[in-house]
Formats: sequence, structure tokens, C-alpha cells
Amino acid sequence: MSSEQARGERDRPPPAAIAVDSLRVVRGGNEVLPGLSFSIPRGSITGLLGPSGSGKTTLIRAIAGVQIVASGSVSVLDEQAGDAGLRSRVGYVTQAPSVYSDLTAAENLRYFGRIVGAGSARIDEVIETVGLEDQRDQIVSTLSGGQRARVSLATSLLGEPEILLLDEPTVGLDPVLRAALWKTFEALAAAGTTLLISSHVMEEASHCQELILLREGGIIFSGSPAALREDTGRDDLEEAFLGLIEREAATA
Amino acid sequence: MSSSATLATAARVILQLRRDPRTVALVIVVPLVLIALLKGVFEGQPQSFNRIGGPLVGIFPLISMFLVTSITMLRERTSGTLERLMTLPLAKLDLLAGYGLAFAIVATIQGVVVAGVSFLLLDLQIAGSEIAMVGLAVLNALLGMALGLLASAFARTEFQAVQFMPAFILPQFLLCGLIVPTDQMAGVLEALSWILPMTWAYDALERVTVDGSLGSRGAIDVVVVLGATLGALALAALTLRRRTP
Repeated sequence: MSSEQARGERDRPPPAAIAVDSLRVVRGGNEVLPGLSFSIPRGSITGLLGPSGSGKTTLIRAIAGVQIVASGSVSVLDEQAGDAGLRSRVGYVTQAPSVYSDLTAAENLRYFGRIVGAGSARIDEVIETVGLEDQRDQIVSTLSGGQRARVSLATSLLGEPEILLLDEPTVGLDPVLRAALWKTFEALAAAGTTLLISSHVMEEASHCQELILLREGGIIFSGSPAALREDTGRDDLEEAFLGLIEREAATA
Repeated sequence: MSSSATLATAARVILQLRRDPRTVALVIVVPLVLIALLKGVFEGQPQSFNRIGGPLVGIFPLISMFLVTSITMLRERTSGTLERLMTLPLAKLDLLAGYGLAFAIVATIQGVVVAGVSFLLLDLQIAGSEIAMVGLAVLNALLGMALGLLASAFARTEFQAVQFMPAFILPQFLLCGLIVPTDQMAGVLEALSWILPMTWAYDALERVTVDGSLGSRGAIDVVVVLGATLGALALAALTLRRRTP
């Protein structure tokens, strides 16, 4: 390899974990995403924030490869979103817990574990990660909403995916648990996992390295929380977001 | 395809059924009660009881597996677990084969119990082998399961899924030859009846009940039932979408 080539490779930015280009999605006759483009670096926590109905879930579904898209492209780990090769590399947690409510937490994990190739040691690990040691043999339908959400999250952690797509993972959780989960997310990111986490609570934005603020299917801001504060001149992220929306409305 | 994922799915479905003993009891007890009722209805006409009761031992599993599978699969669709499975490294055929295996086991238990009680306690008499009847019952249960998996794709709610039972199954039950032999039906209906898989299933059951063995025509019946099962499974696999609107 010539020295020029080597320099060329060094100067190139690290490949994006997720790259979305002119993504357009129509659901139920409505254009939910009119044409989004952005990329997410590897090993980071990106917060996808915006009011309910802004297109967060649709965008996450498109990245997970379960959404039929009208046009544009979504590439994940340099493959087309939804490619068979990505199924063991991308974990997707829907907003509503998607686990079998008539099985126990451990039985759910054992079943999904056999599909992704995770053994009992790994199951114990993820149960500990989500703090469900005391509920592991409880039938899921008898768990609280927050506990159910954690079983669903634990399921997606089983295969140690390189990318985790989490749709409102902390909704309905108490503050203590929410803080614990964010610690978990930060540890996963530190270990190299790329996380894309949606939320409609701006306060959670402070945990993220990168933010994407969505409104009516369009990106109104992307950058770090610090940049958002600087851009809007407001310290409180909730107020900063509202300030952005006001500014948008004024220029429109 | 991977046998480990198929076995895991079958074990999971069985576990879910074990959590729901009332459904399992209904699947096994209801056919018994109906056969016992039939015995009472034909009090003094053992000939008629044998002619109708014999094939029914093999038709009940088709009906109950259709119902149980269509609802179980619909739950899988509405609970979001199907969508999750479709994002995982699981082949669609593994999922369907897992269902098939689980319900084949349930159907075997159902077939053995229903046949056992009918032949031993209710004095149901057929010309052919009782074991052949149980075998056909399991085969028909698999057909019911495959049709149920397919039907679940067209139901949005459990209410609709239950309505599919009369819609999919009752016409087949009326036309299969049990109530009136197919060759005594109006020409159009007779032709129509041989498009429906239950008619072939019934024909095989009737041959064992009355003739005493399947014969070459009965063997064709079995092949058609197997083919219809595989065809319905293939169509059901097409309705499992990894991407949805």
C-alpha cells in the first residue's frame, strides 16, 4: 500500500453505522417522512427526539428494515437495511413490549436465545443488565408495564447486536429505573454498540452524544446537546427545543 | 432452515398451550362430548352411529386445530412478536414447521384420546383399523393447522378469526360427503366439493370406516390432503412479511 493510499484511508471519516439518504415513507396515505438524510457514527448514542406523530417510530422501523419505504435508501453497517445478514447484527425494540405474555421472562429469553444463539450464561447476563433477577420466573402478563418493557429490551440484547434501535425504551419507567437504563446504554456505547434511542422527553437528550430533532417528518436540528444549547441560547433542553420550534414557525 | 429453531419454536408453542390448560381441555373434551351426544342421538341405530361417528373421529381434529392455530398465530401477529421474529435470523419455514410440529403433537394426543374413548367406551365400530383412523386424524389435524395459519393472515382481530371457522370450515363440512354423499349432490356442488380439501379427507376416513381399508383411491386421498397441507403452508409463508406498510 502506498503512503498516499494510507493517508487517504486515515483521512476518511470512520464509516457510518447508519446512513439515511432522501428517505421518503408514506403510511396510510400520509407522507410521514418526506425525504430525510442523515448519518449516525459508530459507537455513539444518538437521541431521536420530537413530539408524538413526528415520524420517530417510522424512521426507526425503516432503519430496522421492517418498513416499506417509498423511495430513498437506508444503509446499516454498509448493507441495505433489512438485509438477511443484518438480522443478527441489529437489535430492534418496539415501543410496545413484543414478548410472549403467557411465558415467564426467562422462558421468553430462552426461546429468543435459541434463535440468536445465546446460551444460559448470556441469558443470566441480560437479566442482570435490565435488573429483573427477582422477576425472571414470573409470567410476563403479571409484570408491571416497566418490567415488561425491560423483558423486551433484554430480549434484544441477547445476541449482542452491533446496533440497537430502541423506540421509547424509558416511557412509563420511574426516574430511578430510567437513570439505571441510561447507565446501561452508556456502557453499551462505551463497548462499541451504536444506539439510536427515540424519546419524546427532551430531558433525556442530555444523555446522548448526538441529537436528531424531528418535527412533522423533517429534521429541525441535528448535532450535540451542547450545540443545541449554543444554537438556541437556552440551557434547558426542553426550552431549547421549544425555542427551535418557535423559530421555525416565525420563519415559515 | 435450522432444526434447532424449529424445535425451539415447537417447544415454545407447547409451553404456551400448557399455560392454558382450559384450551387444551376443550380441544380434547369437546370432541368426546360430541361423539357421546351422537351416540345418544342414534340410540337404537348403531349402523348410523358407526357411519357418521367413524369419520367424525378424523374430522374433529381438523376443525379444532384450525381454530387453535388461527388464533395462536393471530396473537403472534397482534402482540408484535411476529414482527420481532421477522427481524431475527429465523427462517419463515422454521417458524411454520415449529407450529406444525407442536400442533401435530397436540393432534396426536387428541386423536388417541378421542379414538380410544369412541372405540373402547362408546362402542364405535368401523370396518378398518382403529390405528389407521388415528393416523388419518393426525393428518387432518395438520391440514387444519395449515389452513388456520393461512386464515390468520386475513384476520385483523380474534373476533374475525373465530368467524373464519364457519366461513372456511362449515361449507367444507356440508359438502364433504358426510351429510349427503357427494355423488348425490347437484353437479356444480359435486364438482365444487372436490376442490375442497376436507372432501378428500372425508373420503379416506369413509373408506377405512366402511370398506375397511384405504385402497388405491384412499391412498390418492391421503396424497391430496398432504399436498393441500403443504400448499396452504407455502401460501401462509407468503403472508409472513418481513416488511410491512
